[in-house]
Amino acid sequence: MTSAMRAPRSLLPLRLDDVVFAIGVRRVIDRVSLTLEAGRRTVIVGPNGAGKSVLLRLCHGLLQPTSGTIAWNALELPGEPRRQAMVFQLPVLLRRSALANIVYALAVARVRTEHREARAREALRKVGLDPLATHPARVLSGGEQQRVALARAWALNPEVLFLDEPTANLDPGATHEIERVIGAMHAAGTKIVLVTHNLGQARRLGDEILFMHQGRLLERASADRFFKQPASPEAAQFLEGELPW
Amino acid sequence: MSDLSQAAAEALRLIVGGDPKLLDIVLLSLRVSLTAVVFACVVGLPLGATVAVSRFPGRRTVVVVLNAFMGLPPVVVGLLVYLLLSRAGPLGAMGLLFTPTAMVIAQAILITPIIAALSRQVVEDAWAEYRDQLRSLGERRFGAVMTMLWDLRFSLVIIVLAGFGRAAAEVGAVMIVGGNIDGVTRVMTTAIALETSKGDLPLALGLGIVLLTIVLALNAAADIVKDTAQRRYG
Repeated sequence: MTSAMRAPRSLLPLRLDDVVFAIGVRRVIDRVSLTLEAGRRTVIVGPNGAGKSVLLRLCHGLLQPTSGTIAWNALELPGEPRRQAMVFQLPVLLRRSALANIVYALAVARVRTEHREARAREALRKVGLDPLATHPARVLSGGEQQRVALARAWALNPEVLFLDEPTANLDPGATHEIERVIGAMHAAGTKIVLVTHNLGQARRLGDEILFMHQGRLLERASADRFFKQPASPEAAQFLEGELPW
Repeated sequence: MSDLSQAAAEALRLIVGGDPKLLDIVLLSLRVSLTAVVFACVVGLPLGATVAVSRFPGRRTVVVVLNAFMGLPPVVVGLLVYLLLSRAGPLGAMGLLFTPTAMVIAQAILITPIIAALSRQVVEDAWAEYRDQLRSLGERRFGAVMTMLWDLRFSLVIIVLAGFGRAAAEVGAVMIVGGNIDGVTRVMTTAIALETSKGDLPLALGLGIVLLTIVLALNAAADIVKDTAQRRYG
């Protein structure tokens, strides 16, 4: 690599310091401090209303914290192509073909016009949807739509991929396929940060687990340790399938 | 009753026979109203979508004003454009009063708020679904506006039609700024008003039938386009 092609400073680690996100007087996120490093797949678990999705949106910049700081290692300037991507519970695809959806995302990311289609086709191939490239995206099945959303994220070569319950609405077959793609993206070097309330999925995909409860980060542990021996009583109850009040 | 059936028979004869006078009036009407719709869309669609995806101080006031302007009385718009374009008015030197251009201006002013206000509502409803995804991709406001307009194109067709219907059907504004000059600024609505008062019911009725048919045909076509497109694109 020549010096002119010097790699930009890595986006990670991401540091959250004393982050609070409040709606009115209710703290949806309550003083969370945390550092996310490159590499390991981070899975955020916790009961409904624990603030998992909000935490993800704060990290991705879709929400601004009420107080506290969220800082990437490299500054993301507004207007510059994003180096992080997010896949939502319900994929939002545009009324155009699957391929055109990815080409669109590449255009927003200012990828040169002549490279867009090849990159989009390659991404669709990697999620196994190249035969459906010209199909209108919105009439694909739920699982296929989510794979298009993943292909769109993959085509952007993000350093970090946030996933918010990506398989919550999918059947086991589609879920398996989505998990395969997430694993492949991780193997290709993308940091994975996944929110799920599916403990089986957390076991399958997680290297480390963040356990959230009532807006607070109660526990952070390797997946092995978390599932064998959770440190907090709330996590233990959550794992037993009880409702921790 | 026999008056009506006689007039209807005569009206049909004019239409089927392709009466040149009737044809001229119909063509001028279409030219004026379609041009007004094009200008109103160029301004109204981006304006409505921009308000829909933006948050700024005074936004609610803008929305209320846009909604209120949907009900602008055509005669009032006609009067304002008349004052602007009349010899003594600020744009009087352009000599546009009593020309089709003046009628286009009046109709465009009349329907721009309709197109802006309705598209604001449609885009805002969809924006709740799209916002996070487009921001996640790094889309900026101008790009988001264009993306939303294109993605909602099938719903927006109905709004454009509403605008056209309003433009083609109004009589007050074009009467004031066009003057209903035979062969120059006479359109369907002003001709119907005139011929009715003169007692020439067949021509008035014939024009009425044509006006209704055009509006019906356009809406039917739009419905078919919307339906097939939605089945195809979801």
